[in-house]
Amino acid sequence: MNNILAIAHKELKAYFSTPIGYIVIGFFALLFGYFFYVMVVIFNQQSLQLGGLEGGNVDMNQQLIRPLFLNASVILLFVLPLVTMRTYSEEKRSGTIELLLTSPVTDVQIILGKFLGAMTLYAAMLAITMIHMGLLMSWGNPETKVIATGYLGLLLMGGCFISVGLLISSLTKNQIVSGMITFAVFLLLWVINWPASFAGPTTQSILNYLSITDHFDDFTKGILDTKHLVYYFSVMAFGLFLTARSVDTERWKG
Amino acid sequence: MIEVQHLTKRYGPVTAVDDISFTVERGEILGFLGPNGAGKTTTMRVLTGYMPPTEGKAIVAGYDVFEQPIEAKRRTGYLPETPPLYPDMTVREYLSFVSKIKGIPRGERKARVDGMMRKTHISDMANRHCGKLSKGYRQRVGLAQALMHNPDVLILDEPTAGLDPKQIIETRQLIKSLAGDHTIILSTHILPEVSQTCQRVVIINRGKVVAVDTPDNLTSRLRGSETMYLQVDATGADAAAVLQHVAGVTRVAIADTKGSAVGYEVDSEAGQDVRRELAAAVVGRGWGLLEMRPMRMSLEEIFLHVTTEDVTASAAAEEVAQ
Repeated sequence: MNNILAIAHKELKAYFSTPIGYIVIGFFALLFGYFFYVMVVIFNQQSLQLGGLEGGNVDMNQQLIRPLFLNASVILLFVLPLVTMRTYSEEKRSGTIELLLTSPVTDVQIILGKFLGAMTLYAAMLAITMIHMGLLMSWGNPETKVIATGYLGLLLMGGCFISVGLLISSLTKNQIVSGMITFAVFLLLWVINWPASFAGPTTQSILNYLSITDHFDDFTKGILDTKHLVYYFSVMAFGLFLTARSVDTERWKG
Repeated sequence: MIEVQHLTKRYGPVTAVDDISFTVERGEILGFLGPNGAGKTTTMRVLTGYMPPTEGKAIVAGYDVFEQPIEAKRRTGYLPETPPLYPDMTVREYLSFVSKIKGIPRGERKARVDGMMRKTHISDMANRHCGKLSKGYRQRVGLAQALMHNPDVLILDEPTAGLDPKQIIETRQLIKSLAGDHTIILSTHILPEVSQTCQRVVIINRGKVVAVDTPDNLTSRLRGSETMYLQVDATGADAAAVLQHVAGVTRVAIADTKGSAVGYEVDSEAGQDVRRELAAAVVGRGWGLLEMRPMRMSLEEIFLHVTTEDVTASAAAEEVAQ
């Protein structure tokens, strides 16, 4: 455990000793803030238009919070490759991987350390957006459960992306290659269920199941379904497992 | 302390290390000598647990590096060819990270890091970023990293590469001072380094061990015969003919001429000391014996001898002819 924390701490420090940590957090906060602003404006207009009608109350959870979380999940597709692309590639390129692999730490500890480091940075990104939720709480009456499940969903989905990103980073020495492939894979995982609407029922359910972002939908509605929890945890575990295999294979190849 | 048994490492079709075996005793400094691409780094990487061997095994400090890697790594310090530094960390941050992953208890870390910086003379660079250090300092930070957990076994891949002469001498002294407490393997392709720092040498070429011995033994063993250099002022007389008739002499050749003084290379049968007879022969005729010294095969010659197949073959042929 100490080894995992030591590596996680080192990873986190590395994010902030280079501009990457600041860029990622700033970029995410900026875009999230922008979406928040736009949606609040739209929400207000709708409230004004419908407010006069009988029973015309607009649901803040449905009309504001849910689309906000869905948009945030799209921003992640662009931001998280920046977080994971250097994790292994940089160590391989600069030779520092030799330090890690010849120190008395196991591969799994290294991988979990790196995962934890990236997750902490990601959690910090999400924490900043809680300012906006605070604003909603103080001026409106959103359901806290929806916000809570939404954040949990974002965290888990991000965890899946990070574990896939780690895997891709472990495959190459080149950060740019690692970042580009990660981005492409994330996009694919996002759009993979788009043909589902006109596919047969079997294909449809398979495609929907594969899409990491599709599983997020229920979280934004305030639904905590074990099906999705199991899915996210298995994707994370599988991604980390494949990373361990990849690091081990790399050893044999030399 | 270190036992390498029939170690083979293949990268696809390329065999980098081909069935090598050797042992290193506790407290010994072993020089690992070979041309670039001979398989030195690969062997060291296997010994440090960085990569598994294709065949054979390596036992370091009593632990098989493949079966019990963590135990073996706890007792091994490794300085790779390029010191594995994180450019964005300061020297102190880097070493304190290293102290954590090498399992130094929390309370001892600070003292250990400070001690290592003093030992390797990098204390004044403690707050400098690793990426901004000169080559010499990087190497020393790398060494501090390898020594951090006070390992039984120290594996150094070209520890003096890229250093200036003063730093090379300092590094060698540091390495020598570490012997005894630590068992050291160091690789190099600089030959004087081996004769100055190592007690034993393994010469490796194209993945195979071609010689294992002390530097002194190597020099004498590879000489088929003893060679003396004599400078004689025979005032025009034919000294070569006289020298040739001394018992035990097999060959006399003129090496150089300076005025009336002529330098000769005199070969004699191995193990036979002909110095007294040679001196008597020269002085007895009233000639001037200006110089007489044994000519030893330098490590460079041995190295070329054992790493170049053609030379080895022709040398073998010579021996047969003799």
